[in-house]
Amino acid sequence: MRKSLVNGMLILALAIPTQSVLAKSRILATGGASPIEGGGGGGISPWAVIAGYASTSEWGSSVFATKVATDDLQLDVAGVALGFNNRFELSYAEQSLDVDPLGLTLRQKVYGAKVKLFGELLYTKMPQFSLGLAYKKHRDPAVPELLGATDDSGTDVYLSASKLFFAAVADRNLFLNATIRSTAANETGLLGFGGPEDSRSIVFEGSVVGFLNDQWVVGYEYRQKPEHLSAVAENAWQDVFVGYFHNKHLAVVAAYADLDEVAGLPDQTGSYLSLQITF
Amino acid sequence: MSSPGFPLQKVSLVMLLVIAAGCASLPAEKPTLYQQFGGAAGVNDLANAFIMRLAEDPLVVDSFADTDMDQFHGHISDQFCNLMGGGCEYTGRDMVEAHQGMNIDPRQFNALVEDLMQAMDDVDIPQGAQNRLLQMLAPMYGDMVQ
Ligand code: HEM
Repeated sequence: MRKSLVNGMLILALAIPTQSVLAKSRILATGGASPIEGGGGGGISPWAVIAGYASTSEWGSSVFATKVATDDLQLDVAGVALGFNNRFELSYAEQSLDVDPLGLTLRQKVYGAKVKLFGELLYTKMPQFSLGLAYKKHRDPAVPELLGATDDSGTDVYLSASKLFFAAVADRNLFLNATIRSTAANETGLLGFGGPEDSRSIVFEGSVVGFLNDQWVVGYEYRQKPEHLSAVAENAWQDVFVGYFHNKHLAVVAAYADLDEVAGLPDQTGSYLSLQITF
Repeated sequence: MSSPGFPLQKVSLVMLLVIAAGCASLPAEKPTLYQQFGGAAGVNDLANAFIMRLAEDPLVVDSFADTDMDQFHGHISDQFCNLMGGGCEYTGRDMVEAHQGMNIDPRQFNALVEDLMQAMDDVDIPQGAQNRLLQMLAPMYGDMVQ
């Protein structure tokens, strides 16, 4: 399954028009990393940046694979994103969560679209604002429904603002992102959508990233989560990370993630590792 | 008031001495941005490295086809020196006037910024100093890109 997805992604990425519009004109790291729901962003939260390095009239793309491993959970994600003109982004990601103590696997697909509205990440006072959609479809809805989820699919709508501040702290560059999201998803959708407590919520997400130099970054992310289910608790997620942007083709992010309580399993802390390839 | 004020005076004196000693032993002042770029010679080297990078960059090189590069070298050096507080006078045109009619797009602007970043690496400018120059240049985007 995973193999066919990765093959599909590679074919897609290679099908991107090459040479004349071979996209690489944006500055290193400005496409962000690959969040678990795909597109351009941090590890657990989307940013206003457009995935890849495409600037005016250019196409860019990224493919990624991420593994999050906590005491009882294993989340595997793989996905692809396309960016055009540093304005439009389309993305696709597959998530698969193994809940070890219960012998369960929960999977969903995430289709994303994002458009940059106004502002500029690097050069203007006005931060870059983008509006995004993520349509999520669960593939194993029986368990989420048992827990009280009312739907097996849902659409997130989010507004993100991103800004890089040059020489902001000890002459180092500082990146900030804030995202506000309207979502029906429980545990990003892996526990279905909606529930007895509520059908939809507005949540806040924030990322702070410090650039040690042009290639190495360190950061912190926070993601507020809704509480639609009554059978199991849902908590905010956080992580601290180190990212390395080798060049405009390869980036690696490693993090320590705190997912708190997920699916009735308390204190889920562990590692996050993500590999991103950009063309 | 007739009581010996000596403890307070003594304390004040000790404090003064401590402050004075503290000042005297402060580390040498942080080099200015201009010094971090190596002063006049360093800025001159950077301008050379920058022009080399521009000349190799297909996204910008054509724009400079009719440019007097000696004059550009002088003006860009003066501009950088002036921004860094090196005391030079910039005698070129303002940024809107110098770039109007070129239809500079974000792609070219990014390309030129990247050329400058690479040029600063070429001449070993420390990261923090690089960031400070970029901080001063970034707002010029609106003067050049519509
Ligand atoms: C922050 C970015 C930039 C800075 C600080 C900058 C600075 C300067 C300066 C100081 C001059 C000399 C003006 C004069 O001699 O009167 C100049 C000229 C010029 N710049 Fe820029 N520039 C920037 C971006 C760009 C970009 C993106 C392009 C296009 C690719 C460009 C193309 C040119 C050209 C072709 C000239 C020469 C104009 C002529 O020959 O008349 N510049 N620039």
